[in-house]
Order: sequence, then C-alpha cells, then structure tokens
Amino acid sequence: MSESAGANAPKPSSSVKLVLLGEAAVGKSSLVLRFVNNDFQENKEPTIGAAFLTQKCSLPTRTIKFEIWDTAGQERFASLAPMYYRNAQAALVVYDVTKPSSLTKAKHWVAELQRQASPGIVIALVGNKLDLTNDGGDSSAAAAAEAESEPTSGEGEDNAAGEGEEQDTASGDSRKVSTREASSYADEEGLLFFETSAKTGANVVDVFTAIANAIPESSLKTGRGGAGTGQTALGGRSGDDSRVNLGDRNAATAKEGCAC
Amino acid sequence: MSPPQTNPENDQGEDRNESATDAQIMSSDIDLSSNDRMTRTPSPEGNRPPLPPRPNTLSLLNDEAASRTPSLQAEATTAVSRTDIGTQSPDGGNASPSAYSSLAVRGLSRGLKARASLSQLTSPKSSDAGDSASIRSSVQNGDIGDVEAMFMDFVNTTPAGPADTTSLLHFPEFPADDVNDEEFLSEFDPIGELDEQAGNEDLFLQRWKAKQKHFLILSAAGKPIWTRHGDSGLISTYVGVIQTIISFYEDADDRLRGFSTGDTRFVILTHGSLHLVAISRMMESDYQLRLQLEALYMQILSTLTLPSLTHLFSVRPSTDLKRPLQGSETLLSSLADSFTRGSPSTLLSSLECLKVRKVHRQTINNALLKTKAPKLLYGLVVASGRLVSVIRPKKHSLHPGDLQLLFNMVFEADGVKAGGGESWIPVCLPGFNSSGYLYMYVSFLDLRDEIEGHEDISKDESVAIVLISPDKESFFEMQEMRNSLVEQLRKNGSLKVIKSAVDQGRPLTTDIVPRTVLRHFLYKSRANVQFTMSSYAPEFTSVSRRRRLMSVYNNLHASIHAKNTHVKVHHCVSRSATSFAWVTPVFELYCIAEPSANRNALVQSASKIAQWVQQEEERLFIIGGAVF
Repeated sequence: MSESAGANAPKPSSSVKLVLLGEAAVGKSSLVLRFVNNDFQENKEPTIGAAFLTQKCSLPTRTIKFEIWDTAGQERFASLAPMYYRNAQAALVVYDVTKPSSLTKAKHWVAELQRQASPGIVIALVGNKLDLTNDGGDSSAAAAAEAESEPTSGEGEDNAAGEGEEQDTASGDSRKVSTREASSYADEEGLLFFETSAKTGANVVDVFTAIANAIPESSLKTGRGGAGTGQTALGGRSGDDSRVNLGDRNAATAKEGCAC
Repeated sequence: MSPPQTNPENDQGEDRNESATDAQIMSSDIDLSSNDRMTRTPSPEGNRPPLPPRPNTLSLLNDEAASRTPSLQAEATTAVSRTDIGTQSPDGGNASPSAYSSLAVRGLSRGLKARASLSQLTSPKSSDAGDSASIRSSVQNGDIGDVEAMFMDFVNTTPAGPADTTSLLHFPEFPADDVNDEEFLSEFDPIGELDEQAGNEDLFLQRWKAKQKHFLILSAAGKPIWTRHGDSGLISTYVGVIQTIISFYEDADDRLRGFSTGDTRFVILTHGSLHLVAISRMMESDYQLRLQLEALYMQILSTLTLPSLTHLFSVRPSTDLKRPLQGSETLLSSLADSFTRGSPSTLLSSLECLKVRKVHRQTINNALLKTKAPKLLYGLVVASGRLVSVIRPKKHSLHPGDLQLLFNMVFEADGVKAGGGESWIPVCLPGFNSSGYLYMYVSFLDLRDEIEGHEDISKDESVAIVLISPDKESFFEMQEMRNSLVEQLRKNGSLKVIKSAVDQGRPLTTDIVPRTVLRHFLYKSRANVQFTMSSYAPEFTSVSRRRRLMSVYNNLHASIHAKNTHVKVHHCVSRSATSFAWVTPVFELYCIAEPSANRNALVQSASKIAQWVQQEEERLFIIGGAVF
C-alpha cells in the first residue's frame, strides 16, 4: 500500500483462507516463504504437519489478508488435508516442473478440492522450480499464463517450452512438464495457472495477487473489527460451517458474511 | 495411579527377593530407599550398608524415596527380566574392575556421605522444605505420586546389558587432542549422491567407512529403512550382511544383542519387525547405544504410532517403511547427530530446565494456568532447548523420552523453525500413548522485540511456546491461548526474565565453587528426572572437546551403573582427566577435573556442587510443575 492511508479512507480489508497442497518437495513452503518473507532457503527441511502464516496483499480497491495453511506433502499427512481446505476460499496446488509425477499428484488434489472443498474455492495450479528450466534464466521470458487471459502469451510460452524440451540434455534444462500440458489442463478445469520460481521469486507475488483478484467480492467479509472472530477457524466453528455447507451452493458466500 | 505408600513389609520382601536374585544397581537403589524408610519404621533385619544418621529435616527426602518406591518396584520387575536377558549375552560379569575400584574408594564414600548430609542440614532446607511442603499440602496425600511423577523415568536407569569390557578395563583415552574439530565435523557431512554413471561408488564407500558412527534401521525382511550416512543403494550389501547375521541368531532362538570387531561395537535392538543397529567406534557402552536406538525407535513410533506400524508389517511383512516415514528422516538424523555429538539428556534419561527464580517460574506457571485453553493437554515454555515451565493435567506425567523427541523436533531439526510461521503438527508421544496422535502447536517468540539491539537470535536462544491438544481441530484455540499467554508474559516481565536467563547461560564450575579443580559436572536429580550441568565454556566449547567430555561421562556412567556392582562413588584417574561419579538415592553427580587433580580437592568440590544444587533446587528444577 504505497499511497498514504491517512488522506484516503482506509481500504476495506478482508481475510482469505488459502491452502497449499501438492506432492512433497515441490516447493510449497518455499513459495510461501518467498511471498511472506521474500526469503529463500536452499535445501529446506520438509515441513512437518502444517505451518500457518499470514500476509497482506494490497489491491487497488481493497486489502486482502491471506491466512495461509502450508501443508506437508507427505502421504501420511494426506488424511489431515480436509481440515485445512475445509472453508478455504483459495487453494494453491503446486507441482514441480521437473517432475511429471508431481503434476499427476496435483491433478488428484484438484479433483479432491472440486469434490470436497467449498464450492466457490479459487484454485491456482502452480508449476514451481522454473529456475531449473531454460525459461527460468530471465524472468521476463518466464511463463505466466493465467488461464483466463490466454492466447498471445500462451503461444509464446508454449514455443519456449517446446524449445526447452528439445534442448533438454544439451543445455541442462531439467523441465519435464511442458507449459502447454499443464496450462491446457488448467484451462479445462478452470484453474488459474502459473509457473514460478521460489528461488528467483519469478511470478510468486503474481500468483497471490491473481488469487486475491479472483476471489469474488461477494465472498469477502470485511475483516475490520473482527480480526479475532476467526472466520477460518478449524475447530470451534466447524459445526456452523458444515451446517452451512449442507445448504445450497450460494450459501458458501453468505456464510462469510454472517461470521462477523 | 500408584498408591502413595506401600506396605513396608511387602517392600522388604521385595528387597530380599531382589538381593536374592542377581541384583543390579537398581535393586541396590531399593535397598537404599528402604534404608531411608527404616530410619522411620525401625526394623532391624537385613544388612544395610552403613549410612550416617539423618536429621529429621530430611524426612521430606525420605518421603520422596519412600513414595517413589512403587514406581521403582515396577521398574525392578523389568530389571529382573533384563538380568535374565543380560545373562544370555556372551560377555557377562565384566563389572569386576569397577567393583574393585568401588572398594578402593569405599572409605571415601563414607566421608562424602557424612558431608552430604551435613550440607543438607546447613543448606536453607527449611525454606525449601516449606516451599515443597506448600506444593505437597495443596495436593492430597494420595497425589504425591502425581507430583513427583511429572516426569516419569520410563526408560529404566539400569544398564540393560553388561558394560563394554574395553571401556571398563581401559578408560577411554582419546589420544591427546588428535581429534580436531574439522575432523569430527566431517562426521556429519553428507556422503553425496550415488551416481552410477559417474562411478563414484568407491569414493563414497570410502567416505562412508570413515564415519565414526552409523545408525541403520532395517525391517525384519531385510529392507533398509533408514541410515544416517549414505543411501540405501550404497549400503544395501552391508544391510544384507547385517540382516543375515541377525537372522542367523534368530533362527537359533538366540537373539543377537551386540558384537565387536576390532574397536567397533555393533549393537542391535529389535522391536517387532524392526531391527535398529548402532555401529560405533566412539567407545560407548552397549547400554548407551541401546538408549540411543530406543530413542530412534520412539521417533519412528512418534511418526507412525505403534498400531499403524504393526499393521503395516502384519499386512505385508515386506513393507517398505521408507515411504510412510518420508519427511521424518531429518528428525531421525538430527536425533542421531545429537547422540554422536554427545547428549547428556539421553545419557541420563532426563531433561534440563532453564534456571530461573522460583517466583519467576511461579509467575509463568500462573500465566499458563490462567490462559489455559479448555482443550489443552500439555503446555510448555521452552527456551534454548531447556524447559522453562510446564502445565499438565493432574493425572498425566510427561516422559523425558517424549520431551526429547519434541525438543529434537522443535529445536534441532529445522523443519519446524524454518517454516517461518506457527506450526500444527500431529505427533504421537509414545511414552504418553503410543497408539494415537496428539496435535502440537508450536510458535517461536522473537525476543528481539523485548530487548532491543540484539543481533540475530540463534537456534540456541530461541524461545518456543508448545501447546499440545488431543483435538486436531483446536489449532485456533491454541493460537488464542498462545496470544494471551505471550501478552501475559510480556506484561509481567517474564519474557525479559527468560531472555536474561538464556543470556546468562549455565554457570561455570568456578562460579559455584571458587578455584575448584572441577572443570565440568552433570547432576541428575533422580526424583525429578531432571539434570543440570555447568557451562561447556571455557574448555569444552568445541565439538570435539565436548564429544570427548561426553565419552568420559559415558564411561563414568557405565562404570557406576555396571551390573553386579553396588558402587556409590567411583573415582577414576586417566591420562587426560580425573573423573568422579557419586550416586545416592537422591541424585547422581558426575564430574571431571584435571588429570592431576588432588582427590580430596575433587571430593570437596563435588560435595560443594551437591550442596549448591540442593540450595538452588527449586530454581534448577521444575518440581511438580503447574497442574490442572
């Protein structure tokens, strides 16, 4: 928020519960740390359980306070995931562009979210570790394709990705998942799509900004005066929430309103 | 819950049984405590070791020993079975050298005893007694067991097997200063990733073999599960060999517990379908290595829980456990490394508390009690790996082994701290209940806000709030509790107190006893299952020096707890150090001095240390803790 808040009336602020899902070691925590602390650690130890972080994201018309659940990717934590994506308004499903199996896992997460999470949830598919590909070298060429925005940019990246694949062994490009493959999947499923590098920071903030923009205004409640009301509570409110969820789909948005 | 006091007659029966069987040091403990009791309930029979008459002010201590007996009895039964196992192992009865040395210092021991009891008299015991009495009186008679069972010594303090022959006969002499830090630090370097094309296997095997210490975990079916050094590809042949050796003995219905080749000791611990193997060239005793393997096993349980571990192997004996354990390897490794570096906490099966004034601890306890969330099970404030305060339900004690796992997870392994936020971690505390998960909320406090102008806070100085709940949905409840707790602590100045206590660090031996010959000591309070020690500075700050210090302690511990000995005082002079151990029903004290140190000076200092600890008892240890 660069303009002085004193002169203007303060922008409405609202909190958004966001969950990160994806296979182990694709860089979920690194993405969050880049977004929250603008920091990167090489060889980060695996997350145990889940970490909870918050970060504000300023939009022209409002401020979004992300309440982020960074979950561990290991299989044995999978059964806990519903606890974190329940009532989430946004999800980041992360895969590793150098590891095809991680995209498969990501697709499973997307399917599970579509089946079980709140109906209005905004899902972003994120291919991380762009720095390990040839596209990662200069971030201007870094692929950033929002599923909705498409054609021109999409083509350019597809070409770039195509080149990358051909040069694979020769130039040390480790990319194994083409941008085209992932982005067309994201299109089909109506997901936001980005390729990022938590290491270089490429596209990281863009992901969160895009999510903030994609959250429908109606589903936001103003957070002011109600910071402690914890509309994203895992526990105490779960009763209310499940009750609301039983109702019709639009109720999901109403629920946020009544939490304060 | 155990009855507060057992029938003295039964006790004596136990004692007789114990001495009739092949008695270990454990049973000698029972003898001693029963002796203490005898001063109150006179009963002439039995030949007790000579003890000085104790003043009446010590009745509290006697009480402690007496009411502790039930748990000791429970442990003694395991001790008996351990004896049985012990006799099966090939090198039994090696304890004679240390028994001999105990004889040599028997007279000394008596002198010390008298001094100790004197010191207990002269120490401001009356006020201490008043304090603990107030704790006691607030708790009903039947609950004394609870109070002292805040930490339960579930790892039997009796050495499981006979101590290593070599370590007893030849006190370990690390050739003077030939282990430098760099050399020792390379112990923790990664081997590198095996790359078949590069043909670097030989190099890696060389590096692998150069390690002083290895831990391996394999399944009964022979699948490698985890190894501290290298990867399963590199070591698969060795795992095959180990598996063959183990199963050879298993077929003969004679479980292999350990063997030596050259200066390398192999110790094997089998739990269900898991074989845990420690391979050490660091002259550790079987007992110590076994404790370390037990801790690794506990870490696996903590990750998977016992039922799911059992289930995995019962469904498919050839299960590859690597997958379910994925992500917890770093926890195993950081545990293993702490053992390799030397861990007083593991050696003594107890934990260390931050030294703060009793009123300050009380204030923190009260803040915990005041802000306690309904779904809280345990609440802990931990600073630099030392416990500051703990809150627990009346009926549940905390096991040092569990806390060791927690502290390892929170402070040693980077996974939690590096997450950068608050953590919510499913964890099984095997000592508490090995069949299910608890949920642990962890938040690190940034004390830089409290005291300005402080540079980066290292891992060692971080303060963590750890809140444990049985309800997996209670994150926000715990978060709320944390927030109000921190606000309280900030308001009442406790954060500053903690910070300055952390900054102050552990005392030097010379702070306690001016001009003492002692260079370092470890003191374990048996009833509290806690220990305290002096600062590693100035002499033992480097990793390799610290490792050597711990080796001396290891051997001291092994000698004094050796099977078939009733040693109470052990004095050992070697070329590099004079070491001294002193065990009573109340405490275990281990200290190190210069090789040339005068024995009387050493004993005097040790006695002063014991006196000091008794004076400072309620600052050094958490006694009872906050109970709800």
